[in-house]
Amino acid sequence: MKRPAIGPWITIIIGAIYFLVPLVATFEFSLRMKRGEYSFEAYRVVFGDPNFQASFTYSAVIAIAAILVGVLLVVPTAYVVQLKLPRLRPLVEFITLLPLVIPAIVLVFGYIRMYNSSSWIPLTNSARGTDFLLTCAYVTLALPYMYRAVDTGLRAIDIRTLTEAAQSLGSSWPRILFQVILPNVRVAVLSGAFLTFAIVIGEFTMASLLNRPAFGPYLQLVGANRAYEPAALAIIAFIITWACMGLIQLFGGGRRSDTRR
Amino acid sequence: MAFLTLEKITKTFGNQTTIHGIDLAVERGEFVSFLGPSGCGKTTTLRMIAGFETPSSGTIRIDGKDVTDLRPNQRDIGMVFQAYALFPNMTVADNIAFGLKVAKKSSAEIAARVKEMLTLIKLPDVGSRYPYQLSGGQQQRVALARALAVQPKILLLDEPLSALDAKIRISLRDEIRAVQRALGITTIYVTHDQEEALSMSDRVCVMNDGRIEQLGTPFEIYNNPKTRFVASFVGTLNVLNGTVVDTATGRIAIDGQEVVAARGTSGASSGDSLAVALRPEALAIGETEPGRNSLKGVIEEVHFLGAVVRIRVRFGDNVISLDTFNRPHSAPPARGEPVNVHFSHEDMLVLDRPAI
Repeated sequence: MKRPAIGPWITIIIGAIYFLVPLVATFEFSLRMKRGEYSFEAYRVVFGDPNFQASFTYSAVIAIAAILVGVLLVVPTAYVVQLKLPRLRPLVEFITLLPLVIPAIVLVFGYIRMYNSSSWIPLTNSARGTDFLLTCAYVTLALPYMYRAVDTGLRAIDIRTLTEAAQSLGSSWPRILFQVILPNVRVAVLSGAFLTFAIVIGEFTMASLLNRPAFGPYLQLVGANRAYEPAALAIIAFIITWACMGLIQLFGGGRRSDTRR
Repeated sequence: MAFLTLEKITKTFGNQTTIHGIDLAVERGEFVSFLGPSGCGKTTTLRMIAGFETPSSGTIRIDGKDVTDLRPNQRDIGMVFQAYALFPNMTVADNIAFGLKVAKKSSAEIAARVKEMLTLIKLPDVGSRYPYQLSGGQQQRVALARALAVQPKILLLDEPLSALDAKIRISLRDEIRAVQRALGITTIYVTHDQEEALSMSDRVCVMNDGRIEQLGTPFEIYNNPKTRFVASFVGTLNVLNGTVVDTATGRIAIDGQEVVAARGTSGASSGDSLAVALRPEALAIGETEPGRNSLKGVIEEVHFLGAVVRIRVRFGDNVISLDTFNRPHSAPPARGEPVNVHFSHEDMLVLDRPAI
């Protein structure tokens, strides 16, 4: 009989310890706010803080706006590239990968330089303008993930034939896009959406430098001034990210696409 | 005037011309098949009729109206694809209703039409199912119903049976033809399967290298192929090289043996080389009957296939293959045996160019 391989198990155990020990330690520390006993006091304090609620709501709204703009930008682009301009694919892929290469700090300084109060488009003049700028910045930041998710989804269906079938039935382009293509890449779009949400919720650099009351700067502020609450916040942030990942799995695994023979 | 006309249609991709000035006229209610090998331009021509490709030059008319520059959704066509192309996110009923909703029909009208279509394709109970819950054959029938629901002027089918297994293919081709006859809809059918084209069509358009080689009824295409390509592509054919002896009487020498072509020698002069073709079913072996051509050869190979015995006979440089029925009480001929092959004068098809 073949002996079970020990090497991979050792790797898995070391990996698990590397990830889990800090997490368990943080969680354990977050429960120690009351002296001598474990409690969820730190969490109660965090959830009761109006700044937590305000900053989280702000980030959630910006995240949803970024998702909407991202979907409206990416789905038609990926669709047209795949259907009509396949030769442009390498260029578009390169552009969508740029946010991974260019640090957020460089991007945000670029934005501030381009859209400051004395520029042609003075977006930073008002809070709403800056919110809009931040939304666009997050769309850019999430572009590599959103584009890849949607592009993979589009490749999984025969968009050319589906488009032609819809055209032969008299359908217009908007109808094809919203009633035929989008519903069939729903899972991919949702994956992109949850990834965007997870990125936006914890983002610090852009929100901080654009001086917006987002969740990232709030996390930093609490982390610099309190002892137990930052640990609780870290755990909350983890749970939000995990929930997003779980939702991707949930929506991604729910459909059959094979044909009965 | 014909219902669908293609006038001098040319299609060029880059500097490569794939369709060379095609002319075609299809009557109302007619079923015409485009038959040809891969890359012959049949699908490109169909896609130009549908509007998915634009001709580089030429005009396409449907019911007298020039549609050459119209978009596909303005042409009033129904199309069935090889890959079914049902919308995976919609039920069967929603798929069939799609075109009707686009045309802004009332919901009562849509419901009635969907029911009618499901009955037409003999799947009255699958309306609430999703495409992935159907077999390939059922999906293609739904695709046919979806294309027909909007009552298009022309039905276009692009190799609709290629992805299905042989048994379903045969039953579905009968069904498609029956539905087409019942509705009297003008239909263009693209296929590379000659049996499909011959069995379903009113007329077959044999294409090769971006040109129409021959357009005619299945009977004409099979029995009177006009070109060497048509003769070799449609059905099985024995091609022999010969020399014209006498154009007046249609006498041709094959390997030094004279035969008569009742259909003439296709404009060749005495002494010209030409190719003649013989269908396997026109050939018989044994004693020659009077008034028939006969060629003496040697049996080169015998394949016993059960009900049929396939025999290859060599005449000098030429080889022909013929099938005879298995006779249980007499053994099949043996290799190396001299044999006499005979056939009628009318069965000799004279082709335009000598065989290579």
